[in-house]
Amino acid sequence: MSPLLQINDLKVHFPVRTGRFGGNQSVVKAVDGVSISIDENETVAIVGESGCGKSTMGNAVLGLARVTKGRIEFQGKDLATLDATGRRHVWRDLQVVFQDPVSALNPRRTIAESIAEPLQIHGYERAQIKARVDELMGLVGLNPDQRDRRPGALSGGQRQRVVIARALALSPKLIICDEPVSALDVSIQSQILNLLMRLQRELGLSYLFIAHDLSVVRHIADRVAVMYLGMVVEEGPAATVFANPVHPYTEALLSAIPLPDPSLRHSRKRIVLEGDLPSPMKPPAGCPFVTRCPVVEPACGDARPPLEEISPMHFVRCRVRAPSPVVTKI
Amino acid sequence: MSLLAIDDLAIGAGELSLVDGVSLSVEPGEVVALVGESGSGKSLTALSIMGLLADGLQRRRGSIHFDGADLTQLDDEQLRSLRGSELAMIFQEPVSSLNPLAPVGAQVAESLIVHGRASVDGANREAVEMLRRVGIPEPERRARQLPTELSGGMCQRVMIAAALISRPRLLIADEPTTALDVTIQAQILALMSELAEEANTAILLITHDMGVVAELADQVCVMYGGRVVEQAPVEALFAAPRHPYTSMLLKTIPRLDEEPKQELFAIKGNVPSPHDWPAGCRFRTRCDRAMEQCAERPFMSGQVHRVACHHALGGDL
Repeated sequence: MSPLLQINDLKVHFPVRTGRFGGNQSVVKAVDGVSISIDENETVAIVGESGCGKSTMGNAVLGLARVTKGRIEFQGKDLATLDATGRRHVWRDLQVVFQDPVSALNPRRTIAESIAEPLQIHGYERAQIKARVDELMGLVGLNPDQRDRRPGALSGGQRQRVVIARALALSPKLIICDEPVSALDVSIQSQILNLLMRLQRELGLSYLFIAHDLSVVRHIADRVAVMYLGMVVEEGPAATVFANPVHPYTEALLSAIPLPDPSLRHSRKRIVLEGDLPSPMKPPAGCPFVTRCPVVEPACGDARPPLEEISPMHFVRCRVRAPSPVVTKI
Repeated sequence: MSLLAIDDLAIGAGELSLVDGVSLSVEPGEVVALVGESGSGKSLTALSIMGLLADGLQRRRGSIHFDGADLTQLDDEQLRSLRGSELAMIFQEPVSSLNPLAPVGAQVAESLIVHGRASVDGANREAVEMLRRVGIPEPERRARQLPTELSGGMCQRVMIAAALISRPRLLIADEPTTALDVTIQAQILALMSELAEEANTAILLITHDMGVVAELADQVCVMYGGRVVEQAPVEALFAAPRHPYTSMLLKTIPRLDEEPKQELFAIKGNVPSPHDWPAGCRFRTRCDRAMEQCAERPFMSGQVHRVACHHALGGDL
């Protein structure tokens, strides 16, 4: 069976003008050759730090960023070749939940109006809409008494529930969740994560889960892809990648998570990376991580290493940790 | 004598009470974390120490003693001479806290010049040295650049350099790493603890992240609904939290050693806004141990490990 979403060698490059008068043209390679697939009922997480291209990737799937090269297939259809009707069909099955529920909701609309919007656009009738809105509010744990309230009267967690209800209105197959809990209070994050996990069990949803919080990702994802400077540097089953990170960047990222346990403060081995992320306008030649890598070798700057499968379904892009098999020509 | 002693601080706006009877102290060289969610009053407490409460907010009662002097009794001039020399603060958003039109070196040097501690040339030299100390590569060149030419992590280093150049005795850090990526956060936390230890600078760390607390703090004050609900040394707080809120908050964090995909522990309800704080214990509407008595306000009790709860975990100590 073909996957629900299949991204093949996706490139999203933005032209930018630099220099004092914007006279120089250069290109930001926000996403530079990413391939990822998501099956039905699966959660795939994209992790990485700001500027790694994870949100741009989500935006490209949603049609919010122009694809430079590569294919995005949803339910077997190439999104680039769809006409308006085809696209409308796709939007029923593909929805999004953004980080900030405040800016995602129109402050002048009531909650019921916001949730009803996709239903109206897709031509549902009035009576149907009312029943569906009540059902959706119940599904995400909102009290139907609150239907006529406006977002300003709700807490952050409740607003995010409204956004999720709206995303569910047309019974989608895939929801792109771009940092869905990072703007919420700590005591509310677990409520929303539980909600997302319950909805997945009940409705068979798939998630493309974009996040920087690795403890959250480890909890919710089936598979995880670690991105750095527009490229996937490691991808695999979440359990494997978290228990046995192979790429030095993944290793550093995991070791940098502050753990809520003061007794580990001195015993824990921590890899503190030197320096900052290089500018995506001037990525290093060869391996993207070469400027900060603790295990760098001189040859790492020569060519971009390929993504090697080091164990079943576990891929790593590193010529030191995952060297390519030597091919001898006969 | 404590370096900083806040006693019964209350802050309000109009009819609203936002901070209600906060008491805490910071010893020289100590890292005290003030932990809470949005609306808990942690940032207001910090701003009132600096005398930087926004218009419309008033201190209603309480004292803030720094090095023996009550900051609430000082005039603007006296406060200004303390700020940037003895007392320094860094904020969550380094990019918006720096002047976008001034070179970063000059911004780091500023407090030395303003307080007459060095000549302009001397201050600039010290600023470059300080930028080097906080790990900025090529500090001579970077000192001449504007904040917009630096990354977020570098701007936060610049803020730390500007705060620490005058060797303050107390650094107030309001969510210093929240806007930063996790690998940069690790660098900044390591840097703060190293520099503080070296100059014996005390830190009041404002955060919502229990991971950061566990990483850096000696003492922890947990705030909820404008009040301190628990206060303890860091090991004791994490090993045996006594307030139900602290205990539940720690349980909600997804841990790296638990079974994935399982339902996470969740605190019911929402973080209430100050308009909706219940009478008595403010956590009682979300607490699974709440009983009738909780309608009366619980006060802090205990010696080393202090808690404000009528039925604290671990019984009466």
